[in-house]
Formats: sequence, C-alpha cells, structure tokens
Amino acid sequence: MRYLTDRKRAVGKGASGTGTEHHWWMSASAVALAFMIPTWLFIVGTTLGADQQTVISTFASPFPAILTALIVIVGMQHFAKGTEVWIEDYVHGTAGKALKIAMHSLAYVIMATALYALGKMVFIGLLLGN
Amino acid sequence: MAEVKQVERPLSPHLQIYRPQMTSFSSIMTRITGNGIIVGVLLLVWWLLAAATSPAYFDFVNAIATSWFGDLVFTLSLLGVWYHYLAGIRHLIWDTGRYMDIKTAEMLGWVCIIGSVVLTALTLIIIHL
Repeated sequence: MRYLTDRKRAVGKGASGTGTEHHWWMSASAVALAFMIPTWLFIVGTTLGADQQTVISTFASPFPAILTALIVIVGMQHFAKGTEVWIEDYVHGTAGKALKIAMHSLAYVIMATALYALGKMVFIGLLLGN
Repeated sequence: MAEVKQVERPLSPHLQIYRPQMTSFSSIMTRITGNGIIVGVLLLVWWLLAAATSPAYFDFVNAIATSWFGDLVFTLSLLGVWYHYLAGIRHLIWDTGRYMDIKTAEMLGWVCIIGSVVLTALTLIIIHL
C-alpha cells in the first residue's frame, strides 16, 4: 500500500518527472521549424539533381548554409525528443531507455555529419572563390 | 486510508476493436510521418556529405539520390514533412484550447491529409519550374 495521498502524487513534476518541459520544448521548436521549413524545402528541392559544383556553391553561400545548419540542429533534436513519445508508449524499462539513447545518438550523428559537410563545403567554396 | 480495495475496473477498449476514426487516424499519421522522415534526412545528409567529399563519391551517392529510389524516398518524405507540418500546427492551435470539438477536429484531420497532398504537389511544381 502506498502512503502517498492523491494530492501528493499530483503535485510537483508529475508522472513524466519533468513536468511540461518536453511538451513545451516540442512546441517551441515546432514553431521555429514551421518558419524555416518552406524556404529550406525550396533550397534543397532546387539543388537536388544539380552537379557537384553547384551543390557546393549553393550550400557554401551564407543563407543556405546557415538555414540548413539551423534545420539540422533544431530538427534533429525535435526528432530525438519526438521519438521519446512512441518509445514511452511501446517500449518499457531498460529497453526503452536504451532505445531513447540510440535515437538521440542517431540524431546527433546526423547533426554532426551535416554540419561537417556544410563546413567543408563552405571551406571549398572559399578556396574556389565563391 | 484504510484497506486498498482492488476494484474490478472496466478495461479500456483495445485499438483493434476500435472503429477507425479521423481523429485517431490523423493522430497516428502524425507519429508515423514524424519518425518516417528520418529516412529522407539520412539520404539527404549522405548526399551532402558526398558533395563535400570527392567527385567520385558524389557521383555514387548522387546516382542513388536521383534514381527512382531517391525520387520515391524524397517524394514520400516531402509528403511526410507537409503532413507533419500541418498536424503540428493543428496541435499548436489545440494547445490554445480552440477547435477541440469532434466535428472541427475531424475537419482539421481532412485539412492535414488533403493539405499535405496539395502542398507536396505545389512544392514539386515550384521546384521544377
């Protein structure tokens, strides 16, 4: 039997342990992404299929480079925290924790890879004098 | 707090005996699209990495990214992005306490589905202009 009263169980940070922090972060990053996604889709969509030179000079220019970096940084964290929701529904205990860590790791690997690629293209762009 | 009695509570109906509804379907789709987009992101970031690596590697990855498989992945991802985009806005609206009644919620589900197809078509038309 539990000696906690109903009220005691309800106050504080609740069942999640982190209160509304997760929900609020997802909402805030969603708004940020909503502003950035349409323009970014246009940049990526018009660059896909181009030759390597064009791809490099496009992503070496300030606006596409910064926007893509922002999309990757905010988007990958939004993805990682988003996967937590279904993991909490379907996978419990240690397996659930492991899966959350794996999803966060995947997100950060993608983020770092994209930032590396962007950085290198900016550098190549400088060398080529774009 | 005296005896804690185990009350026979009714079980909540399981998913498989529920009649599919627009509200549940559009909610499930939000989850599927949000997670599924990662396939397109993987292919795109691989393509970016290849562009920054070498001409030979770019040719290899670019051939995959622009093949029928790449087209399929990116088109489905685009559809997924727009669906998730609209469904996300729907959640932001719901968070303000508005449009929570069933009729409007179902209508917003249709907005997400039809809207995502329309926005995908528009995007494809615009980028091919």
